[in-house]
Amino acid sequence: MKLSKNFTNPLAANNPIIVQILGICSALAVTVKMEPALVMGLSVTFVAAFSNLIMSLLRNGVPSRIRIIVQLVVIATLVIVVDQFLKAFMYDVSKQLSVYVGLIITNCIVMGRVEAYALGNKPWDSFVDGVANGLGYAFILVLVAFFREFFGSGQLFGMQVLGDWYTPNSLMLFPPMALIIVGCIIWVHRSFNKDLQEK
Amino acid sequence: MGLRNFVDKIKPTFSKGGKLSFLHSTFEGFETFLFVPNTTTKKGAHIRDCNDIKRVMIVVVLALIPALLFGMWNIGYFAGKTGLSAFWFGFLEVLPMIIVSYVVGLSIEFAFAQKRGHEINEGFLVTGLLIPMIMPIGVPLWIVGLSTAFAVIIGKEVFGGTGMNVFNPALLARAFAFFAYTPHMSGEKVWYAVDGVSGATALDYMGQPGATMEGFSACDAFLGTIPGCVGETSTLAILLGAALLLFTGVASWRIMLSVFLGGLAFGYLFDITGWTEYPAYYHLLVGGFAFGAVFMATDPVTSAQTNTGKWIYGFMVGALAVCVRVMNPAYPEGMMLAILFMNALAPLIDYFVVERNVARRKRLIKNVK
Repeated sequence: MKLSKNFTNPLAANNPIIVQILGICSALAVTVKMEPALVMGLSVTFVAAFSNLIMSLLRNGVPSRIRIIVQLVVIATLVIVVDQFLKAFMYDVSKQLSVYVGLIITNCIVMGRVEAYALGNKPWDSFVDGVANGLGYAFILVLVAFFREFFGSGQLFGMQVLGDWYTPNSLMLFPPMALIIVGCIIWVHRSFNKDLQEK
Repeated sequence: MGLRNFVDKIKPTFSKGGKLSFLHSTFEGFETFLFVPNTTTKKGAHIRDCNDIKRVMIVVVLALIPALLFGMWNIGYFAGKTGLSAFWFGFLEVLPMIIVSYVVGLSIEFAFAQKRGHEINEGFLVTGLLIPMIMPIGVPLWIVGLSTAFAVIIGKEVFGGTGMNVFNPALLARAFAFFAYTPHMSGEKVWYAVDGVSGATALDYMGQPGATMEGFSACDAFLGTIPGCVGETSTLAILLGAALLLFTGVASWRIMLSVFLGGLAFGYLFDITGWTEYPAYYHLLVGGFAFGAVFMATDPVTSAQTNTGKWIYGFMVGALAVCVRVMNPAYPEGMMLAILFMNALAPLIDYFVVERNVARRKRLIKNVK
């Protein structure tokens, strides 16, 4: 029961992007097209899940004074693994994502979950929590990228879906539009979740 | 008074408990549009004034008329027509844009007012006329509609409707169209793409390397016989509107004056340092500078509210507009970006002006003690 709630909560009701407003910078940067957005989302899911798992296993052995450094070492190692993996097997996407893969280290979601959850919970719960938060992040990224690629260039995953009659809206390709789309998603989300609305 | 009786007769249908009570705000919008409301404030002291938002907005619309009429004639003039037929030609070009902008904008406004159960505000009467006036002629109508929808929803309704917006909605519509459909909005090909006649605007022309003053004389630019957006070409017609706005006290003379001063100062600076070979006054005549200064920068909602703030705000608008024009060849028109940028900064300016005043008053108290 707790586990399933653990999993579904970050997907919608406590989504890291649209409720906690974390990880916005990468959401603006990598959502021009759907493919890099999806890869980025999965990379963050991988890093969040395994950093949560490893830190949860280490949680009783790490003195709390130096825990941030240990967390950074773990996260950085995982990010390098992801980066090398992308470079080896998905070179094109890796080039499009450029510096943003490396910047997963600074993604507030990853460290936030380690600090807030993994250090106080058992390994399996922490792993699920990492996966769920990563997927919640990935879901919003893909959703934003869908609107931006569809209206911005008439394509989905690089394939032309809208015909010649469609004039691409180049504003969609600019980062500010990602912010506006995230804003609209938050608007819709809050209008369905009354308890999230500020007075 | 047949109309009054009719309105009174159908009123109960729309009031609370009536059959069509869900259309209450729509009805009220039309009623107050037709007649001055006879309801009075029940509580508190207030100043009695025959001006309300509607009257203020109507004054602005009247002030826009000279520039609009001249713009229509100018379109025909550049399509090679003369006299009345030129005017008629331009009228047919502009009318669809005005209709699209009003229909799209007003239906969104009505829908939101209805949904939220508040009254319909009249801010869009001006915005809806401003939008076609700052669009290039011959721009596809769906772009006008889409930009209007974007401006009204994202620029206005998400902030809470008329009076709550951070940015000038009309300029936001133009900014949307400009960044989303750049090939339709600027460059050499778009202007006067009617009847196969096309050409660069005076501003695009200025931005090109090696351009000289011979392109469009200052006199042409002042009278308005230069290519450009519908309403922006004639500085003379805009000044007529400005006179009405200032006479009725609708727009702030501080902002208007300081925008022109800022533009002149920076234009002069660039002139003597050799950045451009255009004299400072030329910047005030071409493109949307005068139009922006008179009708856009003075928007009471989005400009600075304090008197000192208005001077700073206006000066910065003028200065930034000239800076963008001269220093950034990618954006030949700097007025739009300058005003939007200063819209965002206006609350900050006001904050510091108020803080400074508070500090000054505190010092005075200390001295008295």
